[in-house]
Amino acid sequence: MQGPNDVTRRDVLAAGAATVAGTLAPTGAQAQSGQGAPPAAPSASGAGASPQPARAAVSLKVNGTVRDLDLDTRTTLLDALREHLHLTGTKKGCDHGQCGACTVIVEGRRINSCLSLAVMHDGDSVTTIEGLGTPEALHPMQAAFVAHDGYQCGYCTPGQICSAVAVLDEIKAGIPSHVSADLTAAPEPSADEVRERMSGNICRCGAYSNIVEAITEIAGRPA
Amino acid sequence: MKSFTYEKAASPAAAADAAARTEGAKFIAGGTNLLDLMKLEIEAPTHLVDVNGLALDTIEETPAGGLRIGALVRNTDLAADNRVRRDYAVLSRALLSGASGQLRNKATTAGNLLQRTRCPYFYDTDQPCNKRRPGSGCGALDGYSRQHAVVGASAACIATHPSDMAVAMRLLDATVETVRPDGETRSLPVADLHRLPGDTPEIETALAPGELITAVTLPAPLGGTHFYRKVRDRASYAFALVSVAAVVQADGTGRVALGGVAHKPWRIAAAEAELPRGAKPVADALLAQARPTKDNDFKLPLVQRTLAAVLAEARG
Ligand SMILES: Cc1cc2nc3c(=O)[nH]c(=O)nc-3n(C[C@H](O)[C@H](O)[C@H](O)COP(=O)(O)OP(=O)(O)OC[C@H]3O[C@@H](n4cnc5c(N)ncnc54)[C@H](O)[C@@H]3O)c2cc1C
Ligand code: SF4
Ligand code: FES
Ligand code: FES
Repeated sequence: MQGPNDVTRRDVLAAGAATVAGTLAPTGAQAQSGQGAPPAAPSASGAGASPQPARAAVSLKVNGTVRDLDLDTRTTLLDALREHLHLTGTKKGCDHGQCGACTVIVEGRRINSCLSLAVMHDGDSVTTIEGLGTPEALHPMQAAFVAHDGYQCGYCTPGQICSAVAVLDEIKAGIPSHVSADLTAAPEPSADEVRERMSGNICRCGAYSNIVEAITEIAGRPA
Repeated sequence: MKSFTYEKAASPAAAADAAARTEGAKFIAGGTNLLDLMKLEIEAPTHLVDVNGLALDTIEETPAGGLRIGALVRNTDLAADNRVRRDYAVLSRALLSGASGQLRNKATTAGNLLQRTRCPYFYDTDQPCNKRRPGSGCGALDGYSRQHAVVGASAACIATHPSDMAVAMRLLDATVETVRPDGETRSLPVADLHRLPGDTPEIETALAPGELITAVTLPAPLGGTHFYRKVRDRASYAFALVSVAAVVQADGTGRVALGGVAHKPWRIAAAEAELPRGAKPVADALLAQARPTKDNDFKLPLVQRTLAAVLAEARG
């Protein structure tokens, strides 16, 4: 049975994410960023040296929709998505490029949205977890994560899934990895390749083996 | 993060000019190192010159039979380039051993060369650090120095350069091309790009303020078998404790450079002459001036063993 269970769990995860965004995230984000600079409104924090923090107009095409923003230049792509566009599916873990929770796909490539300024992406197309699939019509990778229990708390999951989708594209495009035995051959979507390529996505719950199963299942499917 | 103004540069010369004109300006490329440091206020530029729009993202063949790599070529694209995979495998391997897929998608050739040290005392603004705050002392010297340099260090700083790519570039005798704020261009061997710390660890490169890297050029391919062996605390996504880049020819001669041991990629001609005689004489020559700390003296045998493993593989 394609579980009502699964759907329920996905809904719970989505609701959980929204709740976290509304209540816990600001404190959590401050603690993790270590700067004490609230990501929501850096301009209002008084942390900047200049009395008039610089701003810039930024236009992002997020999940197919053009969004025009006026942002403090310091705003990362991650904070633009979460705090300004309220797309809280993308998560802030470390805010320093170390955990992969903030992974999104920009112009077809996965990046850490915490280590990129929104102003540097003016005009770019961004795909977040919200753009990959919907609770009613999951992206195959989302469905595979559900089917394989590729998470426990779910915090790293949006980043894992965005990363995984891009990883399979990278393998298809012939991009080698550290574990590719023959640099000049086309890489295979093996479990070893997936593990190496997903090493930028940390899961504190240790759901790794199920994550690898979910991804290799999708990789094995004829496109 | 401190507030900064932002502009997109229109041309390399304009970028250099803009960076020189504004006090406290910096270039930003992938941003994966600079933004990390800006969040910690270790770097606090007042103005960012975004060089991403400059058309410096192609890899072209040179008349000399080598490759000219634009400063903005992403680490992913450089590692995946068919010519690099075939003729400069050590460079592909070094790049692929560094950071993560996400980071390599953003990180650029120039930014990678110019990334700053990962010394934990440099990163902790509560600690003394001559590199971050000249004259404040070196927290690592009497601190925990497991990751630090064993050779070429000074009493002021024992940091290592963290780049894997730079070690391969050094091995390949790459040349760095730049444009200065007055529009003058020059090229310098990558060997001369990074400095040893000496008394001024805060001065890390030979670049002048506002000098923009436009490309890195590789000479014609060396042939031989290419290796980049990186030893680290995890199998992936960790900086090198020690790394060995090598090109070994069928007759046993070749080239070797080390990462993770010094303030810059470490390569010594006299050591390469020892290659046909095996790992020990090569390691001895590379590390003749070594002055390890109590926490990192393991790097000396580790270099020799890693070299031995590489040479054994080269013999097949
Ligand atoms: C979690 C993590 C793990 C990592 N692991 C590794 C690893 O294992 N191995 C490794 O080698 N690296 C590693 N890195 C570092 C990564 O490779 C660098 O951050 C990246 O290469 C920097 O490139 P960038 O284009 O993003 O540089 P930026 O951050 O944009 O710039 C870095 C510096 O270069 C200057 N600059 C940029 N372009 C130019 C130019 N054209 N001319 C003059 N100056 C310029 C900038 O002003 C800045 O000072 C890791 C990084 C992170 C965050
Ligand atoms: S080793 Fe260098 S970077 Fe590290 S604390 Fe000492 S001076 Fe600073
Ligand atoms: S939040 Fe971006 S990598 Fe951790
Ligand atoms: S599921 Fe909890 S961090 Fe990965």
